[in-house]
Amino acid sequence: MNTPITELERIALKAENLTKTVTSPEGMLTILDHVSLQVSHGERIAIIGASGAGKSTLLGLLAGLDLPTSGKVWLGASELTALDEDGRAALRADKVGFVFQSFHLIPSLTALENVMLPLELANHDEPLAAATQALQKVGLGGRAGHYPRQLSGGEKQRVAIARAYVTQPTVLFADEPTGNLDQHTGETVIEILFRMNREYGTTLVLVSHDMGLAERCDRIISMEAGHIQQQQQHHSGETAG
Amino acid sequence: MAWRLLLRDWKSGELTVLSLALIIAVTSLTAVAFLTDRVGHAVELRAAESLAADLRLGSSQALSESYLEMAGQAGLRSAAMTTMPSVVFEGDNSTLSAVRAVTPAYPLRGKLKVSSKLLAPALETSDIPAIGEAWATTRLLARLGADTGSIITVGKASFRVSKVLDFRPDQGWQFVDLAPTLLINMADLEGTGLVQPGSRVSYRMLFAGSREDVLGFKPRLEELLAAGEQLSDIEDTNPQIRSAMDRSGRFLNLASLVSVLLAAVAVAMAARRYALRHRDRIALLKCLGSQQTFILRLNLLQLVMLTIIGAVAGTVLGYFAQEALAWIARDLIAQELPAPGVSPVLLGLVTALFILCGFALPDLLQMGKTPVLRVLRHDVEPPPMRYGISYLAGIAAVLALLQWMVRDVGLVLGIAAGAAGTFAILGLAGWLLVKTTGRFRGVAGVAWRYGLANLNRRGRESVVQVVAFGLGLMVLILLTLVRNDLMDTWRDSLPLDSPNQFIINIQPHEVPQMQQFLVENNMDVPRFVPLVRARMTAINGQDVNQISFEDPQGERWAKRESNLSFADEIQIGNQLTEGEWWQPGTENHEISVEVDFGRELGVKMGDEVSFDIAGEPLKATVTSFRTVEWDTFRPNFFMVFSPAALEGFPASYITALYAGSEDDAKVIELMRQFPSVTVIDLEASLAQVRDVMDKASLAVQAVFVFTLFAGLAVLWAAVQSSLDERSFESAILRTLGASRNRVLSGVAVEFLAIGLLAGLLASTGAGLAAWHLAVNVYELQYHFSPVIWLTGPLLGMVFVGASGLIATWRVVTHSPVSVLRGG
Repeated sequence: MNTPITELERIALKAENLTKTVTSPEGMLTILDHVSLQVSHGERIAIIGASGAGKSTLLGLLAGLDLPTSGKVWLGASELTALDEDGRAALRADKVGFVFQSFHLIPSLTALENVMLPLELANHDEPLAAATQALQKVGLGGRAGHYPRQLSGGEKQRVAIARAYVTQPTVLFADEPTGNLDQHTGETVIEILFRMNREYGTTLVLVSHDMGLAERCDRIISMEAGHIQQQQQHHSGETAG
Repeated sequence: MAWRLLLRDWKSGELTVLSLALIIAVTSLTAVAFLTDRVGHAVELRAAESLAADLRLGSSQALSESYLEMAGQAGLRSAAMTTMPSVVFEGDNSTLSAVRAVTPAYPLRGKLKVSSKLLAPALETSDIPAIGEAWATTRLLARLGADTGSIITVGKASFRVSKVLDFRPDQGWQFVDLAPTLLINMADLEGTGLVQPGSRVSYRMLFAGSREDVLGFKPRLEELLAAGEQLSDIEDTNPQIRSAMDRSGRFLNLASLVSVLLAAVAVAMAARRYALRHRDRIALLKCLGSQQTFILRLNLLQLVMLTIIGAVAGTVLGYFAQEALAWIARDLIAQELPAPGVSPVLLGLVTALFILCGFALPDLLQMGKTPVLRVLRHDVEPPPMRYGISYLAGIAAVLALLQWMVRDVGLVLGIAAGAAGTFAILGLAGWLLVKTTGRFRGVAGVAWRYGLANLNRRGRESVVQVVAFGLGLMVLILLTLVRNDLMDTWRDSLPLDSPNQFIINIQPHEVPQMQQFLVENNMDVPRFVPLVRARMTAINGQDVNQISFEDPQGERWAKRESNLSFADEIQIGNQLTEGEWWQPGTENHEISVEVDFGRELGVKMGDEVSFDIAGEPLKATVTSFRTVEWDTFRPNFFMVFSPAALEGFPASYITALYAGSEDDAKVIELMRQFPSVTVIDLEASLAQVRDVMDKASLAVQAVFVFTLFAGLAVLWAAVQSSLDERSFESAILRTLGASRNRVLSGVAVEFLAIGLLAGLLASTGAGLAAWHLAVNVYELQYHFSPVIWLTGPLLGMVFVGASGLIATWRVVTHSPVSVLRGG
């Protein structure tokens, strides 16, 4: 498909006719069925839906963590679905950040080292300084030397947010970022996530069950049985950039 | 970058399990190698005592003093001995004696034993007789009716007998050693006037030093030797000791082989656990943008680092472990062990590399294939590992390592086939257990159901554990019960009633009379073996003096006088390796040749060998080769002829019989009735060979202690590999209200079941392995022991059950919340 240059510049993420089928004991199972989507630079979208609706599958395909059975995905000007695994990895290192429900910190590395990791993978010049600064921004400057097992759930997620933003990605994917946290801690973490998002002007793709969290985004995409059921523009009062 | 990540990983202890397993492996292996090296060398040295030196130069002509100078320059110690037969007088009594004049350093290996008077206890000494004194053997003193303090005359000189000579390390039992020894100081030799032109004097120079110095000196000396000068080392002498050393070497190697296999199993299990625990990290690294090459580099770097750590730490620990062991056994080893060589260091490095490449690399590479999607969906796994293909590398690595250590393709393949068969049988039986246990789930309480359900659900893992425990137990049983059985069988092959009296120079007409004598005195009537002295003249018509022998030993055999024998039937303890034994009564002139002798001589089947027997020529054809059990101490010959070939030539007979201390009077009576025969008491030589065997078996036991540690490492790794899963399950069970005891009971049922089957299989395997080793490798008779069948299952249940409970104790003492929250 020929997408005009101007549109490419405006669009951070685009999916076209994404279909994902898997083989199950009951036969072929369609998890995503011809899903198309565009996300503009700086836009914050929330993907909501019940368990098994296909939210996480869509997130995985948009982030290039998995390949669709058919359909295409562009991240900025690059067609993710045309790249091999190393190509997608290189693109992720350059442009993408992640926050996961189960934090995914490396237990053998300290908080600071966890934040340094993506910088080191991208051969950043000053990983230590940048990581220290990122940790300070999430309020954990004093816990840099702690290992994940010495941190609370909320602190772990804050480290994960610092790690996600430290490379200043153009798109940040968050998969149920508050799913493992109590309400109060979850709110604190979300405050930090959105504050950082504003600060860096990052495009945010957020998967959640939590309507309250979704409503803070610019647009809510409801999914059901592998289809986009509804897209709802939302004026959350949050202002990007 | 990969390096830094790894260092941090290392610091936080994530590699501990794997590297510890590897270190244990390398430690046990290098400790074995260091100790084998040292004890092996000590056994060699002990064996060298039968030469009283590492190298012995002998001649019937005076030896050049320049050899001594050369030895000194090469860093070797040296001594000289001059021996001649002479009549010794004490008052009116006289007897023939072998007068041996020695220099102060004699003997260079081993110790003389002397007593202050007849029948007094003998003590070791480092001295030699002072000038003007002589030490005489009990036999000599008895014949002279003398004791210490007596004055004896030898040639023109007189000596005061100051000590009774009880033992010389090189006393041997060859025909030249028949006359009782009188030991004097070399400085006194000239005064006796015994060394005259034409007198029968034998000159010896003895050399000893470090292994390297001896090995360097030997070829240089060989180049300079004049005709008639003969150089011997331990390799050339005493076939009994060679045979004993060969066997002990095989025992030690077996211990090393078992360590290698156990180490590999332990490392494979630890690597598997490490890989399982690190799939998430690989997925995350990929998610954060790591490329395949980076992941690969990370894995390879891990491997290199582990190799270095494993090799260095293991080798250092192995060295100290071996030092500690040598210290513990210091009283038993009774002599200072020589320093170890450097080859174990190389072995440590090669071992670490081979084991890691063969057994850890497949899992590490598999871990690298973890899909990045795992960051979102925890149930996404790497593609299933093709264990068959990936472990082919491991098996190849182990085979290569074994071959490098043992250098015996047959033995390596035999062990490999045994191991493969064991794995297959254990695997099959484990699978059957898993299938069967399901039926018993309902018979008892919850704990029972939980334990057996665990076995069933972890199908493949359970089989792997049964195989691992089974193998570990099999080795433990092999090391303890079977080892003792084998050692006993081995020692029994040289029983206490081995012949200890050699009777030689029996004339043909005396044979029936002597048989009659033995029958009348209620003694066993041994076989009387004919002996014909001959000189080899030609092989296939070519003069032996013209033949260029590939093996210098073969040349010596060919050019010296041979002892030939003949028989209609093959001797007990001899086994044909090639060709056929002749038909009794054949008219053909045939020879059966001892296989090593034949190889050194370079003769083949069908070769025609010519001899000169007291001026008469004889030709015979080689029609068979055979092995000989030298350490049975029965009369054996390198060359045995068909009777038709040798009958009619002048022969004497020899025989060997056992006489206990209660038979002393009978032996003396025998000597009185047959004054022309010579009776040689082999008791001393036998004791020496037994001592060598005792030292060798001690080394084997010591070596097996380390292999035992390796076996424990396997058990430990096996329990560790399932610990994460168990933690999680137990946390869930306890959350659901199960008591600690109930969870523990479930775990106990599971481990007891695994232990029972593993033990049963281990008993079967150990029994079969022992039978194979005994019959095919060590050529011993083996009897199946019922104790093994009881011990296996019992040991399995106790050991696996206890290990499992101890290892999983943490699971039930930890708060379930911390486990469920992921720590």
